[in-house]
Amino acid sequence: MTTAAVFDVEAGTGRRARWGRLAAPYLLVLPSALFVTLVFGWPIVSGLGDAFTDGGALTLTHWRRMVADQQFWPAVRNTLLLIAVIIPLQFAFAVGMALLLQARPRLSGLYFYIWVVPLAVSDLAAGLVWLSIFADRGYLNSFLDWFGVDLVEWLSYQNTNTMFLAVVVAEIWRATSLVLVIVVAGMQLVPRDYDEAAQVFGASFWQRMRHVVLPQLKPSLQVALILRTILALQTFAVAQALTGENFPLLVGKSYQWTVRLYDQPVGSAFATLLLAIATAFSIAYLWLLRPARGERGGGR
Amino acid sequence: MGHAARSGRLSRREALRLGAAAGISIPVLRHSRAGASASGDVTFFSTQFNNVDEAERFRDILGRAYDGNVEFIPGDAGQLATQIRAQVEADRVEINLIGGLHGDLAPLAADGLLEDLSGVMESLGDRGYADGFLELAMAGGDVPVYIPWMQATYVLAIHNDALETLPSGADVNALTYDQFLEWSAAAREANDGRAVFGLPAGPDGLIHRFIQGYLYPSFTGGQISGFSSPEAVTMWEYFRSLWENCVAASANYSFMQEPLAAGEVLVGWDHVARLIEAPRDDPDAWTFAPAPSGPAGLGFMAILAGVAIPRGAPDQEAATALITALSEPATQLAVLSQNAFFPVVEAEITDDLPPEIQLEATAVAATQSADNAIAALPPVGLGANDAQMSQAFRDAFTAIVLDGNDIAEVLARQAEVIQGLLDEVEAPCWAPDPPSDGGVCRVDAGAPTTTQP
Repeated sequence: MTTAAVFDVEAGTGRRARWGRLAAPYLLVLPSALFVTLVFGWPIVSGLGDAFTDGGALTLTHWRRMVADQQFWPAVRNTLLLIAVIIPLQFAFAVGMALLLQARPRLSGLYFYIWVVPLAVSDLAAGLVWLSIFADRGYLNSFLDWFGVDLVEWLSYQNTNTMFLAVVVAEIWRATSLVLVIVVAGMQLVPRDYDEAAQVFGASFWQRMRHVVLPQLKPSLQVALILRTILALQTFAVAQALTGENFPLLVGKSYQWTVRLYDQPVGSAFATLLLAIATAFSIAYLWLLRPARGERGGGR
Repeated sequence: MGHAARSGRLSRREALRLGAAAGISIPVLRHSRAGASASGDVTFFSTQFNNVDEAERFRDILGRAYDGNVEFIPGDAGQLATQIRAQVEADRVEINLIGGLHGDLAPLAADGLLEDLSGVMESLGDRGYADGFLELAMAGGDVPVYIPWMQATYVLAIHNDALETLPSGADVNALTYDQFLEWSAAAREANDGRAVFGLPAGPDGLIHRFIQGYLYPSFTGGQISGFSSPEAVTMWEYFRSLWENCVAASANYSFMQEPLAAGEVLVGWDHVARLIEAPRDDPDAWTFAPAPSGPAGLGFMAILAGVAIPRGAPDQEAATALITALSEPATQLAVLSQNAFFPVVEAEITDDLPPEIQLEATAVAATQSADNAIAALPPVGLGANDAQMSQAFRDAFTAIVLDGNDIAEVLARQAEVIQGLLDEVEAPCWAPDPPSDGGVCRVDAGAPTTTQP
């Protein structure tokens, strides 16, 4: 098939064939480009329009209102704090779990499926499950009660730290499997020879991790980082189910202004801010994890 | 403290379930549209009765009151706004009739999404609507854009066990806020230091109405005009002390009937429709009473729900016929006895009502007939800013009572927010603030108690 095509071109059906060959990738990409433009591009443009205009004129009123919201700075702080705490933990867990799987213990296939179960659970359902654990009369308190520990109000508005802890635990449970799947897929692409060679030369476990496994996993980690950060910025249902409005996050504020306060422009301003943060993180990851000079050109 | 979050959990679930219903209601609407071929069928979207039991009972009432088929779809106010806006803008209105609180309908009217109902209102002229309600039904414009549907207010639900700690000399039907505080502290002491008073300050609770319609009028005589007055500072200090004697999970409560029925709370203030389940099993164990009075009087809030026709809705005759059926005294009384919303038309409240309704009706009558009663309305004419006005009061509550910030500072900041909201829609003052004579209502114009004899 490939040879035939090459022969066709070389047989000189001429410029048109070469043109067709050049255009083919673009034609193949066109449907998805159109789809993305319609389904994502248009809402983004109209959201930006909402956030920056009022009755057709350019304005920053909505942004001022957004910043004046007394939960604005707490929401920014909580959102960034959540990312700073969740992402490293999730990557540590995911890489650790992937390495365990790679050691091929008995029933490793079964473990893998059990570990990815949270991926199939809707985030709202996950939030409600964890609510039944952290609620004042939930499973956790009942469990602690056996040991004579007094009731802890994990989700009370007075206990910001335990509220944060609950959201972190629930998010880690729910979303680590996404990173795991990507990392496991990445590991399967890494030839074992390198690792075996390092072992032959007597590299310790940490040396192999640092110099062999992680560098090879970089492309997968980059994808996972970008995906997870964007998704962590969107942590909504879990936090909403566990803490209501007591633990403000930017997404929750966007929802609140749009749906509960009927002010879509301010909601759009929050959404635009999130978009900007997500874009900044993505660019930062791409730049930080860019291949070093010597790394290029290994394969095609 | 301990017996807290069960109902916090329930109510939050409730909220989330309502959110989930957003996904369900659209297919349902499509379906009903396809099936609604016979004339007289009505699709009725309502922000009221969106609890499953309430909706079922209301469907029964509709079935008896109206000949045609009614597809009754309860949802939340956000869904209502989104759907009506989308349908009217796309010129494909599929909902014939909408029902909601004044605050749900006013923003739609402000954007011209509701039909002029002058004709319908004229034909119902002899039903005996209160003048105040007729004015509200114009939502700040010149013509009625909804027909008053039902009304409600807020009262105290008291489990009789709590009456044992009532301060001596206090009359439960004529409490002052000072006695109320003293009582809450005494009740707490009698319960091993655990509070038994509760307020609905959760995300879907109506704590902002307690502040707007009860505390502010009772302490300052107004709602807006004395917002950051010295009386208001006293009021917020009072509120802090009261909150210390409330169950901590109050910050999560949405409907007080849940913690009341579960025994977590013995004395709770809430909307009559959000209290009605508490005494249903054992009405004899309960007392319902008017809210307390403050230095300026007994402030209370009257809540109005209305029904409206979206602009360009199909089959408006059927919708009008349903409105007429809803305003029949018999239908209004059926709604009262089933779902605890009070009639807006002249209808005699008889003795054969369920006992829990009679408990409430007595407290409502006692409130309205009190010598020192100050009737307050939820913000009028705020249009699209209605919800943000409520939020401004809630934010003050969060900052002052929950987070313990400086009262004067918070009030100064929130006063600016509120003035901004009023200016944006040029809203004149509403009861109980003194009329602003056509001008925009001014925060801190001086409360009636300080400027008027």
